[in-house]
Amino acid sequence: MAQEESQELGWTDHRMEILIGKLLRAGVLLSAVVVLLGGTVYLLRHGHTRVDYRVFHGEPADLRSVSGIVRDTLALRGEGIIQLGLLLLIATPVARVAFSIFGFAEEHDRMYVVITIIVLLVLIYSLMGSPGL
Amino acid sequence: MSILEFSLIVAAGSLVAGFLGALTGLGGGVVIVPMLSLLLGVDIRYAIGASLVSVIATSSGAAAAYVREGISNIRIGMFLEVATTLGAIAGATLATHISTGAVSIVFGLVLIGSAFLSWKPRVKNASDASPDALATRLRLNGSFPESGGIRKYHVRRVPLGWSLMFGAGTLSGLLGIGSGAMKVLAMDQAMRIPFKVSTTTSNFMIGVTAAASAGIYLSRGYIDPGLSMPVMLGVLAGSLLGTRVLVKVHPKWLRRVFSIVIVVLGSEMLYKGISGKI
Repeated sequence: MAQEESQELGWTDHRMEILIGKLLRAGVLLSAVVVLLGGTVYLLRHGHTRVDYRVFHGEPADLRSVSGIVRDTLALRGEGIIQLGLLLLIATPVARVAFSIFGFAEEHDRMYVVITIIVLLVLIYSLMGSPGL
Repeated sequence: MSILEFSLIVAAGSLVAGFLGALTGLGGGVVIVPMLSLLLGVDIRYAIGASLVSVIATSSGAAAAYVREGISNIRIGMFLEVATTLGAIAGATLATHISTGAVSIVFGLVLIGSAFLSWKPRVKNASDASPDALATRLRLNGSFPESGGIRKYHVRRVPLGWSLMFGAGTLSGLLGIGSGAMKVLAMDQAMRIPFKVSTTTSNFMIGVTAAASAGIYLSRGYIDPGLSMPVMLGVLAGSLLGTRVLVKVHPKWLRRVFSIVIVVLGSEMLYKGISGKI
C-alpha cells in the first residue's frame, strides 16, 4: 500500500517536472528571441559607436526598472528591448517556482506548498524590494 | 573597437565557454567573468551582471533535457532553494559593498577551488545509510530509475547541507556564477544524495538562485544590455549544443584541460585583485 502510494507520488512528481521543463524552455526561448530582436535594433543603430566598458558608470535609470524598460521598449529602443528580454529571462525561474505551488497543492503536500511560497516570497523581495525598482 | 566588433568577439567567446561548460559539467559562467574582465577589459561589475544572466539561461535551457530522465528530486531542490535564494540576496548585497579587488580575489580562489574539486576523485557514497529523522519529516528521501531497476536513497545531514547551500547561493550572488560545483558537493558529499540526483537537481536550482540576485543587479544598474546580449545568446547557444552532443558523458581529458584553463584564469584574477589592478 505504502509503496503504491509512493510510486503514484513519484509519477505526479515526474509529470510536474516535465511540465516545468517545458515552461522553462519556452521562457528561455521567448527571452532569447526578444533579446535577439533588441540586439539587432541596437547593433543597427549603435554598431559603429566605440565600446566603453572599462569604466563602470552604472546603467541609466530607465534600464534599471520595469516601468523604464517597458517605456524604452515601446519607444523601440534596442537597449530597452534587450532589457525586456532579460527581464523575461529572470522571470522564467520565478514562474517555475510559482507553478510548483500548484503542483504541490495538487499532491496535497501542504508542507511543500509552504516551502515553495517562502522561496517565491524571497524571489519577489529581491525583484521588488531592492531600491530603484 | 566598435560595438559591432566587440559584440561578435564576446558572442564567439561566450559560445565556446557555454559549449565547454556544458561538455565538462563545470558550467560556462566560471569563465565568462575572467574572459570579459581579463581579456576584454570590461569592468568586473558589468561582467558579473552579464554572467549572471547567462547562468539563468543555461540552467533553464538545460532543465528540459534533464527532467525527461526523471532523476532530479524537486522536493530536495525546493527545500534547498530557500537557502540558496537567501544566500544569493546576501551575496548580491555584499557585492555592492565590497571593492572590486576583493571580489576579484574571492573569484580567483573559487575558480582554483572548483578546478581542484574536479580533479579530486569522488568519494563513493554508501548507499545503505539508514533514514535520517529530519530528512524523513521533510520527505526528502526518494528513488530514481537505474539500469538495475529503481534505486532508493536516504538523505542525511540536512542542516549541514542547507548551510553549504546558503554558502553556494552567496557565492553565486557575489560572483555571478552558478556555483554548481559547490551545490553538488553539498548534496553529494554532505547529504549523501546519489551523484546523478545531485547534478540534475543542482542544475534545476541554479536558475532560481541566479534569479534571486539578478533582480538586485538589475536595479543597481549592473546589467548592461549591450554586453549581456552577446553573452546570453552565445552561452545559451553553446550550452545547448554541448548538451545535445553529450548529455551524460563528461570526457575526462577535456575536463582536465578546462580545469587547467580555470586555474590559470583564477590565478590571474587573484593576482589582479591583490595588486589592485582590477
